[in-house]
Amino acid sequence: MTFANAVWYLFAAILVFAALRVITVKNPVHAALWLVLSFFSAAAIWLMLGAEFLAIALVLVYVGAVMVRFLFVIMMLDVDFDDLRRHFKSYIPVGATVGGLVLVEMILVVVAGAKDAAGGGSLPAGSNTKALGRLLYVDYVYPFELAAVLLLIAIVAAIALTWRRRKDTRRQDPGEQVKVKRGDRVRLIAMPAEKRER
Amino acid sequence: MDALDTLLAPVRDFLGPVWLPAWTLVKIAVLVVPLIIAVAYLTLVERKVIGWMQVRIGPNRVGPLGLLQPFADTFKLIFKEIVVPTGSNRYLFFIAPLLSIGPAVAAWAVVPLTDRLVVADVDAGLLYLLAMTSLGVYGIILAGWASNSKYAFLGALRSAAQIVSYEIAMGFALVAVLMCANSLNLREIVAGQEGGAAYWYLWPLLPMFVVYITAGIAETNRHPFDLAEGESEIVAGFHVEYSGVTFAIFFLAEYMNMILIATLASVMFLGGWLSPFPILNDWTVFGFAPFGDGLGWLGAKVAFVLLIFLWVRATFPRYRYDQVMRLGWKVFIPLTLVWIVFIGAMMQTRYAPLFH
Repeated sequence: MTFANAVWYLFAAILVFAALRVITVKNPVHAALWLVLSFFSAAAIWLMLGAEFLAIALVLVYVGAVMVRFLFVIMMLDVDFDDLRRHFKSYIPVGATVGGLVLVEMILVVVAGAKDAAGGGSLPAGSNTKALGRLLYVDYVYPFELAAVLLLIAIVAAIALTWRRRKDTRRQDPGEQVKVKRGDRVRLIAMPAEKRER
Repeated sequence: MDALDTLLAPVRDFLGPVWLPAWTLVKIAVLVVPLIIAVAYLTLVERKVIGWMQVRIGPNRVGPLGLLQPFADTFKLIFKEIVVPTGSNRYLFFIAPLLSIGPAVAAWAVVPLTDRLVVADVDAGLLYLLAMTSLGVYGIILAGWASNSKYAFLGALRSAAQIVSYEIAMGFALVAVLMCANSLNLREIVAGQEGGAAYWYLWPLLPMFVVYITAGIAETNRHPFDLAEGESEIVAGFHVEYSGVTFAIFFLAEYMNMILIATLASVMFLGGWLSPFPILNDWTVFGFAPFGDGLGWLGAKVAFVLLIFLWVRATFPRYRYDQVMRLGWKVFIPLTLVWIVFIGAMMQTRYAPLFH
C-alpha cells in the first residue's frame, strides 16, 4: 500500500464515521458540524481522484457558504430535545420510506455502474479545471446560461414573496445622508462680541 | 535549488517512501516558522506605527526600542489561566481556535514567494485560496456559539454575515485577475505581469485592487470593519470568553490572515516578486542582482500593503453594521460585476493587450 492509498482510506474512514455521526448525534449544531467534516473528507477524496475543481467547489460552496448559513439558522433556533424525542415515532414511517428508497437507488447505481466503470471514467489529460470550463462555457453555454437565469428568477421570486416593509420601523437612507449639505444642518449666527464686565 | 536537490539525493534514497511526507513537513516548517515570527513583529509594528500616527511613542520598555515586546506578550499569554465558562460547549470551545488557525496556515501552501519557492504549485491555486479563506469563519462562529455568552454569540453572527458577504466581492475581484492572467495558478499570474511596474495588473484593475484590499480588511475583521469585536457595543465579540493561549491563537490567526491578504494583493496586483524596474536585474554584484526579482521585492510590497492596513485602522472610525452590509452588497458587488463585463468587452477590442 502506497502513502497515497493510506491517505485515501483514512479520508474514506473519516467520511463514513462523520456521516454516521450526522444522524446519530443529539445536538443539531453538532450534526451540522459533522456534516461539514463529511463534506470536507469527500472533497479530499475527490481531490485524490484528480477532480480538483469539483473538490474545491464543494469546499467553497457547501462548506464555506451553505453550511455557514445552516449553522447560522440552527444556532438561533431554540431546540427542545424532549419535544424532538416525543415526535420520534411519528416520523418513522416517512423516514423509513425515504431511507429505503435511497438505499435501493444506491444499490441499483452501484450494481449497474460496476459494469461500465471499466470502460468509462477516463479523465481528460491536462488541467481538469480548464476542461470543465471549456465544457460549461463553450460546448454547453446556452443550457448553462439558461440554468443560471432560472436560479436568478428563483432568487428574485423568493425575495419578492418574503419581502415586506413595515411601516412602524425607522430606517436610514444612506443616499439622503450623503446628500446632506452643511447649510441644511448648521446655521451661523453673527453675534457682536461682548465686553467682559469686571 | 538544483544544488539542493543533489545534496539531498542520498537522504531521499535512504528514506524511500517516507521521503515525500518528510520533505513536505520540512517545507511547511520552513514556511510557517518565519511566518509566526512575522506575525509577532507585525503586532509590534502595528502598535508602533499607530503610536507614531497618534503622536505617541508606542511600546519601548522591553528590550532595545521595545523590540522584545512581542515575546513578552507571548509569554504572558502562555502562562495565563484558561478559563472555561460554565454552560459552555467544552469540546467546541477548544476546537474553535484551532479551526480559525488551521485554514489561515493551510492557505499559505499555494502562495508562491518566488519563482521556485512554493510548497505546492497547484493549477487551481486561486480557487484553493478562496476555499481556505472561506473556512476561517467556522472558528469565529463556533467560538461565539460554544462560549455560551450573548455578546460572543452576537459577535459571531455579525462576523459570519460579514465574511460571507465580502467573500463574494473578493471572489469577483479575483475573477477579474484570472481573466487578465488566463490562469488560476498564482505563479503564472505573476509571470503574466512580467516587464516592469507598467505591466502590473494594478493599472487595468485599479477598482478591483481597491475592492480587494477593502474586502480583505472586512474579511479579516479588522478596523474599520471589526464589528465582530465591537468593544463599544458587544465588549470584545466572539472572543470575550477566551483567555491565555486560546485567545493568542485567535490573535495569531487574524494577523496571519492579514499577512496572507497582503501577500495575495502583492502577488495578484503588484507583480509579486518581480522588480518594478526590470533594468535592476542587469545590475549585478558578483553575479548576484541585489535589487533584481526576488523575495526582497515581495517583502517590500507586502510591508507596504500591511502599512495601508494599519494606516486605515488609525484613520477611520468604525462602520455601523448596516453601512458595512450596504458597502458590501450595494457598492462592491455591482462595481466588480460591471468591471468584469467591462474587461471582458475590452478584451474583444484592439485594446486587448492593455488588459493582459
